[in-house]
This record gives sequence, structure tokens and C-alpha cells, in this order.
Amino acid sequence: MNEEKEPILRAENISITFGGLKALDRVSLEINPGEIMAIIGPNGAGKTTMLNIINGFYKPDEGRIIFEGKERPKKMKPNLIAAQGIARTFQNLALFTGMSTLGNIMVGRTMLMHSNIFSQALYWRFSQKEEIEHRAAVERIIDFLQIENIRRTPASMLPYGLRKRVELARALAAEPKLLLLDEPMAGMNLEEKEDIARFVLDANEELGYTIALIEHDMGVVMDICDRIVVLDFGEKIAEGTPDEIKADPKVIKAYLGTAGG
Amino acid sequence: MFYRECGNFKDNYASDMAIFPIPLDRYGFIVMLILALIVIPLTATDYWISSIMIPFYCFALSAFGLNILAGYAGQISIGHAAFMAVGAYASLILYGRYGIPLLPSILGGGIVSAAVGTFFGLPALRIKGFYLAISTLASQFIIQWVIVHWRWVSGGVFGTVEAPDMQIFGWALDTPVRKYYLVLCIMILLITFGKNLVRGQLGRNWMAIRDIDYAAEIIGVNLYRDKLIAFAVSTFYAGIAGSLITFCYYGAANIEEFHVMVSFALIGMIIIGGLGTILGSFLGAGFFVLLPIAINQSLGAFMDVVPSDILSNIEAIIFGGLIVLFLIVEPYGMARLWHTIKDKMRLWPFPY
Repeated sequence: MNEEKEPILRAENISITFGGLKALDRVSLEINPGEIMAIIGPNGAGKTTMLNIINGFYKPDEGRIIFEGKERPKKMKPNLIAAQGIARTFQNLALFTGMSTLGNIMVGRTMLMHSNIFSQALYWRFSQKEEIEHRAAVERIIDFLQIENIRRTPASMLPYGLRKRVELARALAAEPKLLLLDEPMAGMNLEEKEDIARFVLDANEELGYTIALIEHDMGVVMDICDRIVVLDFGEKIAEGTPDEIKADPKVIKAYLGTAGG
Repeated sequence: MFYRECGNFKDNYASDMAIFPIPLDRYGFIVMLILALIVIPLTATDYWISSIMIPFYCFALSAFGLNILAGYAGQISIGHAAFMAVGAYASLILYGRYGIPLLPSILGGGIVSAAVGTFFGLPALRIKGFYLAISTLASQFIIQWVIVHWRWVSGGVFGTVEAPDMQIFGWALDTPVRKYYLVLCIMILLITFGKNLVRGQLGRNWMAIRDIDYAAEIIGVNLYRDKLIAFAVSTFYAGIAGSLITFCYYGAANIEEFHVMVSFALIGMIIIGGLGTILGSFLGAGFFVLLPIAINQSLGAFMDVVPSDILSNIEAIIFGGLIVLFLIVEPYGMARLWHTIKDKMRLWPFPY
């Protein structure tokens, strides 16, 4: 990795409070293009809050976010942030249950489709051509994530593991510059975890996506991530490569624990 | 055994994304079209055409409009009859007072209704669910009040606006069959457009908003814009339906025909018919328009034995009972019932 590369996203001194609780306290982090970065930490450390701030759900009380060299205005709507190229998945699944797998993934391409309402109503030439092009792109993602057989299944009827995968597909369909994954492997068995880890690696290496993820499975995190940021009680306590993190006494004390307990 | 999906291979996305990918569905649809376009006008009596089929189509169109809003986009409206009224008055004024040709007048009715509907859709940007329901209920009463008290529109409290004789390109629409064709053609056209919308990107955005709005926003759906478009499209359909039913059935715009009970009936139609389906709009409209007539006709046999006031109460009781029965049997509406039957047919006669 090129050391001098400008980070794709830089969060500087982010603070946010909920009621009296300081969820994040002057946290800064950087995400470099082309890397897989992990945010880890114990429950309630502010990991998901950080993700929510990055994609615009929450507005930070203090601090600023610089995406691709441009500072983000204070009150920017999440859909505009998505249009800049940030996509994410959710810790608690957020699939559109009334639609099929295909429909869910097609929604992911909403920002890339431009035919207006009248052209869509006629379903004529440009609109139809666009629809077919995007359908083809979605089929490539379906193929990539190996979910061909559930293409037409309503999302409400999918088992948990596949729902997570469809959500990943939906985020990939947006072709984001930065992909945020909130516990993509939570609640999965070993085999499913291996699948998802493989997809994350492939998305990073083959498709070139920049990925930031939250995960509790340390084995997976240490194996697939280039860089790790550790949060504890809303503060950043460490940052570095997996090997550095493993050896960091503060991280061991706060989160990892020692082999002997 | 008869209804088969297999052996029906697609080699391009266009055919896979057709409205009726399965041949049997396609044939069924063509049969329905022939029935509506040729058989009914040729065989049905004037009474059937002008008093049953025309209101049925108009209410189906209006119910479909409401279905776009409630069934697809997940935004409730308890004031849809008022938007029908807006369309009705607007098109009558355009046609009768300003002499604009019939089809542009009807279109104008829809556009005016859409503009008013978009305005009353603004609360949806901030509130949802029950709160939105109440704010749209307010739209019903506000529009009603304005129409009644704005003399320029209705000519005063007891005023109605007569529908003048209709002409298209100098061709008089005077017989029920001609009016029937007018309603049918516009309805088919608009339903086709609507189907294209709901299966396209806009429809997917709507469904995404309906299912989980924050996830939709995160993925890039513009909530504000798409909710307002849903209101505009939905009330456009209501406006067209209102102007058609006034031109071709009522004969005069009268606010009493667009009372809040009609709004409730429209909601009943889409719930009984099936939220988020086009078939459901038709089934629901059929339920609410045709069934009371059927009950009325079949109870006519007891006219000599039972006093007529009791008979009319019995009618209402039977109708209400049927609504409850249908909702118990299939809470997701008659369209779902139809899908269940199709699923069963797919496996018949070996259900395993």
C-alpha cells in the first residue's frame, strides 16, 4: 500500500452525545483507498455510531468529515451522501421485505438510473434499455455472491444468512467508493462466515472496493483486515495493523483479554 | 397441471422482465381484454354498461391510484374522494366553461388534482402512519369546504356543475357504449402506465420507502421527492377517475358524490382487494361496486315477504358481513387469494 495516498475518508475529532452519554469523544480515523479497515471494540464502544455518522444518519456535535478531499456540509441528507458513493449494510437486517431478492438489489442501483417518470411510465426505448442494462449488472452481482437460486424469493422468506448476503449485494449494487459493513458475520456459523469473508476479500481485491467493517470475530478481523481501529467507551484507544493491535496492552486490557483470562 | 412455469425458458432479460412472463397468464389477460373490449359492449344492456361497468372501471382506476400511494409507497390517504372531486370539477370547468376539448380537459382535471394532491402530500415528508392519516382526512374536509363555498367553482352550497354533452373531434359521445369505450380506453392506458411505473425504478423506490424508509434513504432513494411523486401520481389517477365518473356516469359534479364515505370505500377496496397489487384494485372495486348490486338483486326475491326498510338493512348487514368474512379468510386481500390458487394449481394434482 502506498503510504502517501490521500485517504478516501477522514473523520476528524468526531464527538456526539445522546442525552448525557458521550457516545464518541474526539475520535479521528482515516480510511485509505483500497484497504479493508476494521473498527473493533466492546459493546457500546460507539462503533455503529461512528458508521452512522460516516453515512449521515447522525450529525456529529463536533468534528468534521472529509470525503475525497471535500469537507461535508453540516446538514447533508443521507441520500446525498449515498450519492457521493458511500453504501452500507446494517447490523439488524434492513432488507425491503415486500420485495424479491432481485428487487432489493435493483433498489441499490437507484442512484445510477436516470430515466424520468414519463419515460418510465411508457417503458419505451431509453427506460427499457436502462432497465435491462442495470438488470444485467445486478445479475453479475448475484453471480458474484452466488445467490442465483433465490433471485425471485421474497426477502421475507429468506433465512438469516442469506439475508445478510442480499444486503451485501444491495450495497455492492450501488457501486460505492466506500463500503461500510456493520457486523456482516454476526450470528453466522463457521461456514457462512468463511463465505462472507471470501466475498469481502473478493470485493476488495477483484472489484477494488474500499471497505470499512465492524466485526466481533477476532479471527476473521485479524485475517482479512489491513488496518484496525479500536474504540472503547467512545474513545479511540489504538490503531494499527492486526499484529500491532494484537500486541497492544491497552487493547488486550479493554477488549481482547489474555489467553489465561 | 394446467398452469406451468417450467419449460418456459428465457434467453434475454427483456422477456424475463415482461409483465406476463408466463404464457398462460398472457392468454388469460388477452381473454379479459377481448371480454372488456368486444363482448361486453356487444352483449350487455345499457343499464349494465352505464350503471355498473363504467363506475366499476372508474372506481378501479381510483383504487389503483390509492394503491400506488398506500400499497406501493406506504403512505395512507383518507381523503382520496376529495381528489376525485377536484379532478371532476376541474375538468368540467375546463370543458364546459372554457371549451377546451374533452381529452385535454380530462387530463387537465388530473393535473389540477395532482397539484392539489402534492400540496396535501407535504405533511408526509415529516409524519407517517396514523398521523399522516389524520392530516389527509383534513384534506378531505378542506377540499370539500372549499369546493362548496367557492362560488366560482361550484356555484354555491347546493350547486352542481352539469356535464355538457361530450364530443371528441366532433364525434358525439352520447350512447352508453361510446362512453364505455372512452372510460375503458383511458383506464387501460393509465393502468398500463401505472404498471410500468410500479415495476420500474420508481416503483422499487416506493416499495423500499414502504418497507424500511431509513434503509431506502441510505441506499440513495430521495425520500422527499419520491413520496411527493407518489402523492402526485396517486391523486392524478384519482382526478382522472373523478372526472370520468362525472362525465360518463353522474352527469353532474356534486360534492355529495365525493363524500368522506367514498374515501373510506376506496380504502376498503384496496385492503379487501390486496395492497400493492393491480389485480387487487380491480377485485376490490368489483367487491364494492358489483357486490351490493348482486346482493340487492338476489334479495329482490323476498320483496313481497319482507318490508323494504328491513330489506335494505339486511343488505348492509350482508355486505358488512362479507367484508369481515373476506378479511378473516385472507387478510392480505383477494389478490393474495388468487395467488394462493395459482400456487395450488402449479402443483395440482400432486401437492408435494
